[in-house]
Amino acid sequence: MPRLSCWFVRSALIHLTLGFTLGSLLLWNKGLPIHPLLWRLLPAHLEFLLIGWTVQLALGVAFWILPRFRTVRGHERLAWLSFVLLNIGVWLAGLGQVFAAANFVTLLGRGCEAWALLAFVMHIWPRIKAPGVLG
Amino acid sequence: MPPLTRLFIKTALAYFMTALLVGLALAANVLFTLPPVVAALNPIYFHLFMVGWVTELIIGVAYWMFPKFTRAQPRGSERLVRITYICLNIGLVLRLIAEPMLSFQTARLWGWLVALSALLQWLAGLTFVVNIWPRVKER
Repeated sequence: MPRLSCWFVRSALIHLTLGFTLGSLLLWNKGLPIHPLLWRLLPAHLEFLLIGWTVQLALGVAFWILPRFRTVRGHERLAWLSFVLLNIGVWLAGLGQVFAAANFVTLLGRGCEAWALLAFVMHIWPRIKAPGVLG
Repeated sequence: MPPLTRLFIKTALAYFMTALLVGLALAANVLFTLPPVVAALNPIYFHLFMVGWVTELIIGVAYWMFPKFTRAQPRGSERLVRITYICLNIGLVLRLIAEPMLSFQTARLWGWLVALSALLQWLAGLTFVVNIWPRVKER
């Protein structure tokens, strides 16, 4: 597994742990109420699991297994940029929604996520090719 | 494909089918008068998809395809993966039953079952991460 995939997958696993922890707290709170304010964690639970876990894992595995150009994987810097932006975006969008007043933070987070996906698409697009094509 | 992966994938497919049927019932509920329990299935629908189908499929495939841990234990601890499977599925099924019942019954039992479901699913996530983490490595 290449280094960047390790980073993507490890970060995805961290987000899975956090997302499951928040989700379990929310579900527990539904069955045996702890505090009504816990419901404010719902957006962070969704953001961590949908983007931080599932999307991030998919990007990490795609970077690992999609076709290469002989031995190299193309413009790796774009993929690294995507990794950094995606993780900043998940936290900003997740926490921005938890603190409802911070709409600008949520917007910034969503922007980071969008740019992260754009950078990853630019990286991966030429790698979606027939065998033997050098791009 | 290892037996545990086959178990995870087949279970995931069963949840996928169940999720689609629940989705069908939720859509029909808009047009026809169905029993009130159908409306209470909304959060269940989403979790059948994301936990039962997507996460369970990922766990099964990751256990199979990720880099080997060691020669002696190529896929890490098989016991831990079995615990993941048991906790995830008992937790999810408990939720499927207890969460809609919470909307209709005030009995404390349903609240305890929902809380137990939360604990089991959290344990499932944790045991999966603990087992797969050392396998995320450069060649």
